[in-house]
Amino acid sequence: MRLVMDLSAFFESRVCIVSGKGGVGKTTLSAVLAVMAASSGQQVLLVDVEGKSGLSNAFGANPLEYEAVTLSQGVFARNITAEQALLEFFQDHNLNWVSKRLQSMNLVDVIATAAPGIKDILVLGKVKQIERRGTYDLIIVDAPAAGHTLTFLNSAAGLIDAVRVGPVRTQARDVQEMLTDPSRTQVILTTLPEETPVNETVETAEALVDLKIKVGAVLVNGWYSPCPAATVDEIRAAAVTAGTVMPDEEAQALADASSFVNMRHRLQQTQLARLEDMLALPILQLPFLFTADLGRPGIDTLTKALETAITDFETEAPAVTLPSSDGKTA
Amino acid sequence: MSTAFVEIVENSTTLVCCGSGGVGKTTTAAVIAMAAARKGRNSVVVTIDPARRLAHALGLDTSDLGDDPRAIDPALWDPENKRVENGSMSAVMLNAKSTFDSLVEKYANNPAQVGRILDNTFYKNISAALSGTQEYMAMEKLYELHESGAYDLVVIDTPPSRNALDFLDAPNRMTKFLEGRAFRVLTAPARGGMRLVTRAARVFLRTTARVLGSEVLDDIVEFFGVFEGMYEGFHHRAAHVRDLLAHESTLFMLIASPRRDALEEAEFFAEQLREKNFPIAGAIVNRLHPHFTESLAQATRLRSETFTERANENEATTLLAELYANLASFQEVAQKERDHLVRLEELVSPGPVEKIPFLGEDVHDFSTLRLLEDTLFSKDTLFSKDTEADKIAAIPHAQ
Repeated sequence: MRLVMDLSAFFESRVCIVSGKGGVGKTTLSAVLAVMAASSGQQVLLVDVEGKSGLSNAFGANPLEYEAVTLSQGVFARNITAEQALLEFFQDHNLNWVSKRLQSMNLVDVIATAAPGIKDILVLGKVKQIERRGTYDLIIVDAPAAGHTLTFLNSAAGLIDAVRVGPVRTQARDVQEMLTDPSRTQVILTTLPEETPVNETVETAEALVDLKIKVGAVLVNGWYSPCPAATVDEIRAAAVTAGTVMPDEEAQALADASSFVNMRHRLQQTQLARLEDMLALPILQLPFLFTADLGRPGIDTLTKALETAITDFETEAPAVTLPSSDGKTA
Repeated sequence: MSTAFVEIVENSTTLVCCGSGGVGKTTTAAVIAMAAARKGRNSVVVTIDPARRLAHALGLDTSDLGDDPRAIDPALWDPENKRVENGSMSAVMLNAKSTFDSLVEKYANNPAQVGRILDNTFYKNISAALSGTQEYMAMEKLYELHESGAYDLVVIDTPPSRNALDFLDAPNRMTKFLEGRAFRVLTAPARGGMRLVTRAARVFLRTTARVLGSEVLDDIVEFFGVFEGMYEGFHHRAAHVRDLLAHESTLFMLIASPRRDALEEAEFFAEQLREKNFPIAGAIVNRLHPHFTESLAQATRLRSETFTERANENEATTLLAELYANLASFQEVAQKERDHLVRLEELVSPGPVEKIPFLGEDVHDFSTLRLLEDTLFSKDTLFSKDTEADKIAAIPHAQ
């Protein structure tokens, strides 16, 4: 099966929902997608729905607020929390007083609990409103951690069943329309080449198909490049040939580091192969960055890597970056 | 032996594992319970949403399980039969809804009230989907297991929440919510001087219902009506849970990975616990990159650059360029990870911060759990240069 994708098609849909298990780098990759789109001249809005500080941290900015702020050239960001969306929803229906009342009586939680999907629908409804306004070329939503993502995206269908009439139902229907229209919305799945994240990614992808929501691609984060394998003796011999003095301890460290990275690489390949077996989707690897704090330079490195991965994918040359231990191409 | 951790496992009665998602919290909690069992204690681990294979290993993967503890066959956690006599290990997978249901049964006045609450849609939403319910029920389960007297160590995993401290406060927040004071005022029958307020309330309710759908409001009104008379019991219970959490025998264990966001979360948590005088037992940082040599990363990087310039000379220089670049990368990341731990170490002190290196594979069965246990409890020299490579080489890889 030929999976078609190029850089311009990557952001065909105006709303891009980034999903993934905790700890796989979902927020970082949301930022990477935003920077990539912005570098091709798009105006991008990053949306955080959980009130976490990861996005603004990555750009070295202050915590996000409800009002959009500029994070870098062409990249804007804001958060949309359910509480704010609920209050705004009443305001939009000329019911400012109800909105105030709900807040002053601490009833927002009660209302939101009454129909659990309501929070999600209001958040997604807000996203839909921004999409319709057309201010941004691309809206990237850093979705709640996987598991919750499905609840989040399924909220519209659930509410349409639960609520028979009224503005919330209308809202749910509009959101459902947006989510299931591949020209408007796609989900980008993020994962690590490890067993549990791979399982979860496959489950999420399958569930999204059932929900009739388009999955654009899977981004596999934290990919180790292999290193030539060499024994301590071979390394010592190479040192002699190169005319350099090398302590035994150093030769040992070089051999250990090489065998470690290759071992990790092989494990990752096994997991990548599972992913490729189970999903007929574009799967793109992003390199592990040898840094424990990922700031703007890290985002830029990953952005370049993603652009390359997409170009390679398009020219069917991913094998160049993925020699496997048995010489087969991935 | 890492004495600090052995002591924790031998002496504590309640251990709360906290940290952000994806740092190995569930697995670490299981390892601690296993280590305690092997030392002759009756331990139980409460897991929240374990990965499928870990659930399978713990015997928690059948859907009809409910949330009663399951004893785990000693042949699994002690295959060499080396344990101290009478040790036992059990596991529970938290099911927030069934825990909540049993609480309702416990405090309802009669079976009819139980039925009406359990059937109410609003209640179903609270017990299944309200953020905070899982935290509340995790603490409730902890209390229940502690009170049962059947275990001398309860190890509990905590739900991933936006704020790491949410679960400490969850019982209070939830009882306040259940009280629904504002809502009861709104729905109270009109009487005397209240009439005006009530009319305004009625308009408010009707308007809200018009926007949200009337079914939604009807459910809420019914729920708070039926729940009447149960607040007292829930209040009482929440106070006991709070007391248990504040008791000196309840210790908190921070779990993190060396990633910046996970560490920041752990540090924030440590600060909060400190402030509130909750005792921190220690911290476990999973998935550190190995430390291959004592030499400086900068020196290796320089060598790498030298050989990269000479990479075209011959095969030997090409090989050395790649090997040095690889080693330098690992040294740099290992150094940064260790630098990042300094702050956590200060906050957790005098408690230990145990560093667990990358295991080659996801931990999902008892052989890998044992491996983690060895790492955690049996050596202090894990990161000394002599043992590092051997340890890593010795790690078995599933598949």
